[in-house]
Amino acid sequence: MRDAPYPERPDPSPQPSPERERGPGASEAGEAGYNFAYLDEGTKRMIRRAILKAIAVPGYQVPFASREMPMPYGWGTGGVQVTAAILGRADVLKVIDQGADDTTNAVSIRRFFARTSGVATTTRTTEATIIQTRHRIPETPLREGQILVYQVPIPEPLRFLEPRETETRQLHALAEYGAMHVKLYEDISRHGHIATTYAYPVEVAGRYVMDPSPTPKFDNPKMDQSPALQLFGAGRERRIYAVPPYTSVRSLDFEDHPFRVQEFTEPCALCGASGHYLDEVVTDDSGGRMYVCSDTDICETRVAEAAR
Amino acid sequence: MTALLTFQDVAKSFTLHLRGGVVLPVVGGVSLTVAPGECVVLGGPSGAGKSSLLKMAYGNYRCDAGAILVRDGQTVIDVARADPRVMLSLRARVIAYVSQFLRVIPRVSALDVVEAAGREGGLSEDEARARAKNLLARLNLPDRLWSLPPATFSGGEQQRVNIARGLIADRPLLLLDEPTASLDASNRAVVAELVHEKLAAGAGVLGIFHDSEMRDAVATRIVDVTRFAQARAA
Amino acid sequence: MSTPLLSAHGLTKAYGNRLACAGVDLDVTEGEVLAIVGESGSGKSTLLSLLAGELAPDSGSVRYRMRDGRSRDLAALGPAELRRLMRTDWGFVRQDARQGLRMAVSAGGNVGERLMGMGERHYGRIRGQALDWLGRVEIDAGRVDDPPSQFSGGMRQRLQIARNLVTGPRLVLMDEPTSGLDVSVQARLLDLIRRLSAELGLAVIIVTHDLAVARLLSHRIAVMRAGRVIETGLTDRVLDDPEHAYTQLLVSSVLAA
Repeated sequence: MRDAPYPERPDPSPQPSPERERGPGASEAGEAGYNFAYLDEGTKRMIRRAILKAIAVPGYQVPFASREMPMPYGWGTGGVQVTAAILGRADVLKVIDQGADDTTNAVSIRRFFARTSGVATTTRTTEATIIQTRHRIPETPLREGQILVYQVPIPEPLRFLEPRETETRQLHALAEYGAMHVKLYEDISRHGHIATTYAYPVEVAGRYVMDPSPTPKFDNPKMDQSPALQLFGAGRERRIYAVPPYTSVRSLDFEDHPFRVQEFTEPCALCGASGHYLDEVVTDDSGGRMYVCSDTDICETRVAEAAR
Repeated sequence: MTALLTFQDVAKSFTLHLRGGVVLPVVGGVSLTVAPGECVVLGGPSGAGKSSLLKMAYGNYRCDAGAILVRDGQTVIDVARADPRVMLSLRARVIAYVSQFLRVIPRVSALDVVEAAGREGGLSEDEARARAKNLLARLNLPDRLWSLPPATFSGGEQQRVNIARGLIADRPLLLLDEPTASLDASNRAVVAELVHEKLAAGAGVLGIFHDSEMRDAVATRIVDVTRFAQARAA
Repeated sequence: MSTPLLSAHGLTKAYGNRLACAGVDLDVTEGEVLAIVGESGSGKSTLLSLLAGELAPDSGSVRYRMRDGRSRDLAALGPAELRRLMRTDWGFVRQDARQGLRMAVSAGGNVGERLMGMGERHYGRIRGQALDWLGRVEIDAGRVDDPPSQFSGGMRQRLQIARNLVTGPRLVLMDEPTSGLDVSVQARLLDLIRRLSAELGLAVIIVTHDLAVARLLSHRIAVMRAGRVIETGLTDRVLDDPEHAYTQLLVSSVLAA
C-alpha cells in the first residue's frame, strides 16, 4: 500500500503575533538543496508509519530506522526526526531545552528547521503548533491540536534492571512490571522516599510502562489526560513512542509512598510565580543564588504583563 | 494375621559389578515372624547376614526373593516390593530403625535431633519436646550437651542420642542393630528398660545384640541365622 | 497415592546427534525431595531445564498440578501463564548466584521483587516480608540494604532461597546449590534447605553431583547416565545397595557418601 501524501495541517493560529519569526532566507522549499525539513519524503513516510503505530499502541516503543542527522547523538536526533516527519508548512515551531528557548541546543534546532523548512518559529507556547522539548513540559497548559515532541536518550524504562533487549520486550509483552517497582523500592530503602526526580516511570493507558524521557517528575502530572499529542523520539536507540491526547498517564508508586512532585518553597525571583518548576541560578562568586522559572516563555510573559 | 513382621522365604545376594559381576550370597530361605510384644533377637556369627535382614526389613537393602510383610494397621505391606513413597510412609509411622551409628546432621543440637525425630514420627511439638528431654535424661546424657550438635560427642554419647531418636515416637516395629555396642552397663540397663516398655505397649522388636547380658535381658526368642546363611547358596 | 505435583513422561532432548535426555520419566509431590545425580555431562542439568520449561523437549511432556487442583501440560500453557507460574508457585535456586539474583539490587529488593511482581504495592509490607525472610535464611537484618555483590558465596545462596520462597512456592528446583562453597558453609546451607523444605512441605528437585548432598537432603534419588535415568528409588537404598553397575561405580568413587 502506498502512503497518501501527508496532508497540510490548517494553521490553528491565523493571527500571527509580532514575536513570530521567519527563518533567515526562508523560501517555500526552505534553503536551496534541502528537501522540506531536511529528511527525504520516503524517510518521513517511514517515520510517520512508526508514529501512527505508536499512537495506536500508547506507550509501546516502536522501532524505526533512525537516520544520521547533521548533529551528534545526544543533541536530540530522535526528536528532530519526529519533528521533521510531522512538520507542515503552516506549522509554528517552538523548541525548548530544559524550559528555555534560548539555550544553544534549542536555538540551533529551531534555526535548523527554519533553514530547512522555512516554517515559522516562536518562543510562545500558546502560538506553537509543534513544540520540541528536551526535559520540560511548558507550564502553560497545552491545548488540542498541539504536538509535544520529546527528545529521548534512553527509551527503555527496564534497561537499568535488564540489559537484554529480548528480555525487556518479553517483559513489556507480558506486562511483567514488578521489576519496575524494585527501582522505587531501592530508592525508598536508600533515601527514605522515592528519590527519582526525573525519568520517573509512568504507566500509559493502564498498559505499557514508559520512560517519560529525562523530564523532571514535576511534569509527569501534565502528561496525564493532556489535550495535546505527545510523541517521543530516541535517535540512537531507534525507538518512537507516543501518548495520544486524553490518555491516562499514571506515575508508579507505592500505597504507603504515593507519587509526589517536587515542591518549591519560594516563588520565582523574576515573575513571582509559585507552582512552577524553578531552576537554581548562581548569581555571583560568593555563593549568592536565586530561583527562577525554568520555563522562560511563561516567566517573560508574566514579567511583561506585570510591567504593563 | 497378627504378626507385625513376617519374612517369607527371603533371599539376598550382592552382585559386585566392579569385580566382574561376582555374586556374593548373603542369606536364603529366611522365614521368621515378630509378633506384638515379642523381641526376636538374631543370633549367629558376624557376617552371617543379621544386619542385612534388618536393612531389608527397613527397605534399605533390596530383597531378591520372597516377601517381607509389615503390618500397617489393618493392612499388610510387602516391603520387598513397596513403592518408595509407601516405604517412606511406613518409616514415618510404623518402622523404627536404630543402628550403632548416629548419622550426624550438621549444626542441629542433640535435643533438636531427638525432638525432630519425634515430630517426624507424628508427635505434637510439645509432646516431642517433653519426650525428648525425658529420654535424654533417662539415658544419662548430661544437660550441658543437649543444646550442642552431637558431631563432637563421644561414641557412647552419640549412641544414646541415636537411641532416643529411634525410640521417641510410638512406632510399632523396632529394628535394633547393636544399639548398645559402646554403652556401659548402667546405660545398657536403661535401654533394656526402654525396650521392655515398648514391648509392654504392644510393639515388636527384631534386634541384634552381641552383648549376652543385654540379649538375655530383652530377648523373648532367639533366631540363629546360621541356617539362612547355609541356605543362601541353594 | 494422589496425583503427583509434577510428573514428566518420556522427556527427550537431543543436541545434534547427542542425546542429552532420553525418555526420562519422573515425578515429585509435596513434602518430597528428589535428587538427580550423575557426573557432569550426564544430562541432569538439561533435564532440569526441561522440567523448568526453559528448554522445549523434542518429545515427552511435563505435567503440573495447578493450585486449582487441575493437572496441566506445561507446553500447553501460554508464555505469560508459564512465567507467572515460575515466579509464584515455583522457585529455582541456581548454582551461580549471579544468575539467580540481581547483584546490584539490595538484598531486600531481591527478596521483594517477586512480591512486587505479584502486585504487592505496599512498601512497608514488602520490606517486612523481606526482613522476615532474611531472618529465616539467617541473614542479619542489618544487611537488608546491602547488595549481594557484597555477600559471601554462602550468603548469596541463602538470599536466593529467600528470594524464591517469599511467594510460598510449592515446587523448588535447585541446580547444584552447594557446589563451590566451603564445607562448613555447605553444611549450614544444607541444613537450611532441609529444614525449610520439611517445614513448608515443599516439593524439591535438586540436581547434584555430590552423593553426600543427595543423601542428606533427598528422600528419593534418580541416577542419570548419558541422558537416561538408569536407577531410581529410595535414596538410602540406592546409595547403600546400588543395583546398576554404574551406580556401584559412582558410590564407590566417593568417600563415605
